[in-house]
Amino acid sequence: MKVLMFGWEFPPHISGGLGTACYGLIQGMNVHQQEVIFVVPKLWGDEEPVADFVNASGVTIDYREKRFKKLWKNLTYLEVNSFLVPYLGPKAFKKFTDYAIHDRTDVDESIFSTKYQFSGKYGKNLMEEVSRYALVGAQIARDRGDFDIIHAHDWLAYPAGIAAKEISGKPLVVHVHATEYDRSGESVNFPVFEIERAGMHAADHVVAVSQLTKNICVRKYGIPPEKVTVLHNAVLDASIIKSSFQKKVPEKIVTFLGRITYQKGPEYFVEAAKKVIERDPNVRFVMAGSGDLLNKMVDRVAELRMGTKFHFTGFLKGDDVDHMYAISDVYVMPSVSEPFGIAPLEAVRHNTPVIISKQSGVAEVLHNAIKIDFWDVDAMADAIFGLLHYQGIARMFTELGADELKKLKWEHVAAKLVTVYEKILAQRA
Amino acid sequence: MRTVCFYFQVHQPYRLKPYRFFDIGEDHYYWNDYLNRNVIQKVAQKCYLPMNSLLLELIQRYDGRFKVAFSISGTFLDQMEAYAPDVLESFQRLVATGHVELLNETNTHSLAALKSKDEFFALVHKHQDRIKALFNGYSPKVFRNTELIYSDEIGAMVAELGYQGMLTEGAKHILGWKSPNYVYSNALNPNLKVLLKNFRLSDDIAFRFGDKTWGDFPLTTDKFVNWLNALPKEEPVVNLFMDYETFGEHQWAETGIFDFMRHLPEAIFSQSNFTFSTPSEVVAALSPVSHIHVPTPISWADEERDLTAWLGNDMQDEAFDRLYELEKKIRKIKDPELLRDWGYLQTSDHFYYICTKFFSDGSVHEYFSPYDTPYDAFINYMNVLSDFILRVEAASKK
Repeated sequence: MKVLMFGWEFPPHISGGLGTACYGLIQGMNVHQQEVIFVVPKLWGDEEPVADFVNASGVTIDYREKRFKKLWKNLTYLEVNSFLVPYLGPKAFKKFTDYAIHDRTDVDESIFSTKYQFSGKYGKNLMEEVSRYALVGAQIARDRGDFDIIHAHDWLAYPAGIAAKEISGKPLVVHVHATEYDRSGESVNFPVFEIERAGMHAADHVVAVSQLTKNICVRKYGIPPEKVTVLHNAVLDASIIKSSFQKKVPEKIVTFLGRITYQKGPEYFVEAAKKVIERDPNVRFVMAGSGDLLNKMVDRVAELRMGTKFHFTGFLKGDDVDHMYAISDVYVMPSVSEPFGIAPLEAVRHNTPVIISKQSGVAEVLHNAIKIDFWDVDAMADAIFGLLHYQGIARMFTELGADELKKLKWEHVAAKLVTVYEKILAQRA
Repeated sequence: MRTVCFYFQVHQPYRLKPYRFFDIGEDHYYWNDYLNRNVIQKVAQKCYLPMNSLLLELIQRYDGRFKVAFSISGTFLDQMEAYAPDVLESFQRLVATGHVELLNETNTHSLAALKSKDEFFALVHKHQDRIKALFNGYSPKVFRNTELIYSDEIGAMVAELGYQGMLTEGAKHILGWKSPNYVYSNALNPNLKVLLKNFRLSDDIAFRFGDKTWGDFPLTTDKFVNWLNALPKEEPVVNLFMDYETFGEHQWAETGIFDFMRHLPEAIFSQSNFTFSTPSEVVAALSPVSHIHVPTPISWADEERDLTAWLGNDMQDEAFDRLYELEKKIRKIKDPELLRDWGYLQTSDHFYYICTKFFSDGSVHEYFSPYDTPYDAFINYMNVLSDFILRVEAASKK
C-alpha cells in the first residue's frame, strides 16, 4: 500500500510532539513494508530518509488547472477571515492580531504561477501557509497518481488532505493529534475549529491519539463514534536512560516540564507545590519551559512566598532536558487537556515516577502512574508527598512503568493503522 | 548666607551573572565580572575620569571656593580597586585637596535600614573602615542613606551613630508648603540636621538638561543663576543632589553638560551672592528652622518618592524577606566570602531590577537593568539566593 501523508513538521526541525509522532509512525510503517510519500511545507535537507519526502516549497502550481481555482476560492475565504497562531494566550493573541491586521499582504493570482516558500513554522502567516499548503496538496495529488490513500496530520494539513481527496478521489484519513479544545479550552478560535470540523467530516475515517480525543471528536465536532479509531502514540525508544548527571542540591526535586500555557495546567502545579512545601520543606519544585503564563506563575510563586524553593529554568533544550529528567524525583504533568502527552513516558525512561492528570491521553496507556484530576491540587500534593516519602510505591512505579513502556511500539500502531486503511479501501471496493 | 550644596551619589552594584537552576549547589560565584568590569571602565571614560579632572580644575581655579561632596558606595570602591585603580586615584586626589567632602552610607548600598538596625550599623561601620583606609584616615560627619531613603526612625539611628547631618529628598508630600531650602532637624532626635534635596533645580540638571522637548531647553548657566537669584532671599541653602553619572553618562558630553559645570561656578560667583558649601559646612553654619516629620520612609526615586522602586510587589518582598531571614545565621559565621556575598546581595539595585512599575517610571528602570524583564531578574536572583542559603546552612552546621 502507498500512503500520501501530509504533515507540518519533521525531526530534527520540530517545535512540538507532532513531528516526532509522524516520524515514529513512518518508522512503524516501514517495518510493515508500507510506502509513505511524506509532504512537509519545508524540507531542510537533514531529515532522516525514512520516507519519500516531498518539499512543498519546491512544488510549482499549474495555473491552467481549472479545478485549482475553485479550490483556491474557498481557501482564500479561510485565509482572509482568520488571524491566528496556536498556543497564544488572550493577551499575546491580541497583540499578535493587531500586528497581523496591519501586516497582511493581499491575496492575488500570482500564487498560481510561482512556488511558495513555506516557513513550516507556526508564525504570523500561518493561515496563509495552511491555505497555500492545500493548493500544493492538490497539485501533488494530480502529479502523482500512484497512491492508495491520503493521510493528513492535524488541522494544519487537513485542507491539504481535503484538496488532495477532491482532486484524486482517493479516500482520506485525518489524524487528530490535538484539537482546538485542548489548546484553548472553551474559548476556541473559530477558524481553526472550522478547519478541524471540515477535515473530520470530509475524511473517510478519523484516527484519534486517545479515547479522550475521540470523545472530543464525537461530542464537539459531531463525528459518529464508529468513524473514529483510537491509535495511541508509542515511543521511539523504550530503553532506560542511565544518566551520570548528578543533582547538586540536597533536596528532592519535583518537576513540571512543558509549555507554560493554559493547556498544560501549570497553575495547579504551583498550588500543589505550596501544599507540599508546607508539610515538607526539603523539596524543590522546578518549572521548566516557557510560555505565555510564565510571568503569571513567577508572580504567584512570589506571592506564595516560596521563591527559594520553586525554580524556573526557562526553555530547556538538548542535554538539559535529559539532565532535568535525571535529577527529578517526581515528574508531574497536570494538563487540563492533553490529547496524548509523551513527556511522562520520557520521565519513565529516566526511572522517574510520574503523576499525570486524568485529562491526558497517556493516562490510558500508562497504568503505573498516579492519576489525578488536574484541578485537584490536594490530591496532587498528596501524590507528590507520597512518591517522595514512600519509596516502595515509587520503586514499583519505575519498575513496572519501564515494562509498560516496552509495549508501546510504533510498529504496533502502524499495524493497526494498516487494518484501518484496509477496511476503508474494502468499503470502497 | 546663601549657598549651593552639591552632592553626588557614586555607586555601581555587583551585577549577578546569569545563574541557572542547574548551578544551584555547585557554582558559588555569582558575579558577572565581565559586565561589571565593562560598565565601570565604560563609565570611567565617559564620566568618572573627565568629571573628576574637571572638578579638580575648578577647585584649583577657585582656590577652594568651589567644593562638592560625594558618597561613594563600598561596592563601587571594591570595583574601582579591581577594575579601575586610576579612577580611585583620581577620587583620592580630589579628597586630598581638602575641598571635597565624603559622606558615609551602608557599605553595599543596602536597604538594611528598613529591616535590621544591627545589619544597618554593621554595614555603616564597614563603610567607615573602607573610607578611612582608602582616603587617608578620612572620617565623614554627614550620612547619606541608600537612594536618599529616610524616615524619622532611620534618622534617629543615624543620630545614634554620631552623625551631625543627613541627606534626603525634599519630597513634596512631606514638605507640603515648606521649602527644601532650609535646614531641618530629625523629628525624634533634634541633634540630627536634615538637608533636603531641591528636586526641581537638581533634576533640571540631572534629568532635563539634555531634553530638547523641555520648555527651558537649553539650560545655560545664566538661566540657572537667574533661577537661584529668583528664590526668596531668606532661603539660605540650595541642595543639588544627583547621581554622579549625570555627567557624561545620563547626560552625554554632547549635551554640553561638562561645559555647563565648567562655567557654573564663575556664573554663580559673578552674578549672584551664592557661595558653595559642603554638607558638613551647611550643617555647622545653619540652625534648623523646624522638625521635619517623615513617619513613613521616602526616597529620591520615581514620581512617588517612596520605596516602591525596590519593595512592594510580591517578587521584591519575597526576595527581600528570604534574604534577611538569614541575618541571625550570618552573624555567627565568620567566613569572609559568605560575608562578602551577603553584603553584595543586599545591594538595592537587585530589588530595583524586579520593579514592575512599567507604565510610570518603567523606562528609567529598564535603562538601568541588565535584565529583559523584572521576572527574569527575580528568577535569577532567587536562584543565586537559593545557592547562598545552602552555603549559609552548611556553614552554620559546622
